Amino acid sequence: MDGAPVVSHAKTPGLLEGMRLYLRSIAALVWKDLAAELRSRELLSAMLVFALLVILIFNFALELDTRTRATVTAGVLWVTFAFAGTLGLNRSMAMEKDRGCLDGLLLAPVDRSAIYFGKAIGNLIFMILVEVIVLPIYSVLYNINLFQGGLLLVILLGSLGYVAVGTLLSAMAVQTRTRDILLPILLFPVAIPVLIAAVKSSTGFLQGLEMAEISPWLNLLLVYDVVFIAVAFMVFDYVVEE
Amino acid sequence: MIEVRKLVKRFGLKTVLRGLDFHVEPGEFVALLGPNGAGKTTFLRILASLSRPTLGEVIIANHRLPAQAGALRRRIGVVSHLPLLYGELTAEENLRFYGRMYAVPGLEARLAEVLDLVGLAARRRDLVRTFSRGMQQRLAIGRAVLHAPEVMLFDEPHTGLDQEACDMLEEVLREVAARGRTVVMTSHDLARVADLASRFDVLSNGVIVASVQRAQIQPDDLLGFYRQALRSA
Repeated sequence: MDGAPVVSHAKTPGLLEGMRLYLRSIAALVWKDLAAELRSRELLSAMLVFALLVILIFNFALELDTRTRATVTAGVLWVTFAFAGTLGLNRSMAMEKDRGCLDGLLLAPVDRSAIYFGKAIGNLIFMILVEVIVLPIYSVLYNINLFQGGLLLVILLGSLGYVAVGTLLSAMAVQTRTRDILLPILLFPVAIPVLIAAVKSSTGFLQGLEMAEISPWLNLLLVYDVVFIAVAFMVFDYVVEE
Repeated sequence: MIEVRKLVKRFGLKTVLRGLDFHVEPGEFVALLGPNGAGKTTFLRILASLSRPTLGEVIIANHRLPAQAGALRRRIGVVSHLPLLYGELTAEENLRFYGRMYAVPGLEARLAEVLDLVGLAARRRDLVRTFSRGMQQRLAIGRAVLHAPEVMLFDEPHTGLDQEACDMLEEVLREVAARGRTVVMTSHDLARVADLASRFDVLSNGVIVASVQRAQIQPDDLLGFYRQALRSA
């Protein structure tokens, strides 16, 4: 029987309790995305197959000598991450929309930015998982060592920026009938600064340039990440509202 | 419990709700009837705080929308024709996820209670994508009552259900309503709501055109009342 009194949970939480609930909601969302993906493997497998195909095509299309390879590696890597990431971003939000689950999330009594952060963290985890698999394969195919601390930091910051803006725009695109084509059209122009900064700083680390030459690009990456996370925090509520 | 005054909703140039007035007392079960395109779903989405009114005043359980939507969401439960459930999670995992989002106290005990209510305790560990449409809709009701809301909003909950699933759903609806909750349910299926609701309102062209208490009308006369209301609109 439905024995619960009907007003038992109507109390508005205080600030500290509110923060705790906010973080728990984010954790619940991340757990939900990971658990669902673990069962379906729909999103990860699509991203991974796509990423591997892209690096294979580049490998055969560009028959490069060792020296030239070092100069194009960062570009090839970030094209791969960006394309695979877009697939994941589209699918992740479409899964919420298709069965009306986005409404279910919007009905929850939490600040809607928690939904954004939950989805963004989930998307970031998927993107990093794909990168963890792609990097060693790329290293073998192109005979280049990608496991350098600086480069890994750039990949993390670049992925964070790409996912921060991508999650926001995918929430916008998913409301439209043309969501599959709309997301890349919206995302790529806005993500150009993060992609350029990521490619330039990755190239810097791969070519062993001085830190002074790399740091402006790293700073741009950091600023981009902070700005877009802040913007998403402020506008997500309006983006998802009818 | 629900007070709506001069509600207007526009989507671009299209006006869907045109100065709608609506009032519901605590514990009332109101069936909102109307043809397709009358504005029922739009109205319910505004009550559920999923859509902002263009003009007018909406107050539910002393919370004004959209300003106090966050606090109100804790006190409403919504069931639509879509289940709002994740197919790749089990019934129990779906409820646990929503329970965490609503910060339901004593969640595990409440999960068992709700799964019992909707008759899905035996299927608690099965993936929702293996459920029939009727079972998904019953679980959707479980999701909506999990946080013990005072106000329940149902948007065409019978859509796509076969006869048996409809009967089971009605049993659950009766149980939910019997707990003293205030219920607003949209439908265009008069036969389904005739025995459930305590009041029938007819929505046409964005306004309420007629209203009658169940005590004032015989179930057999409901269709006539509805047709008459639409003709005079």
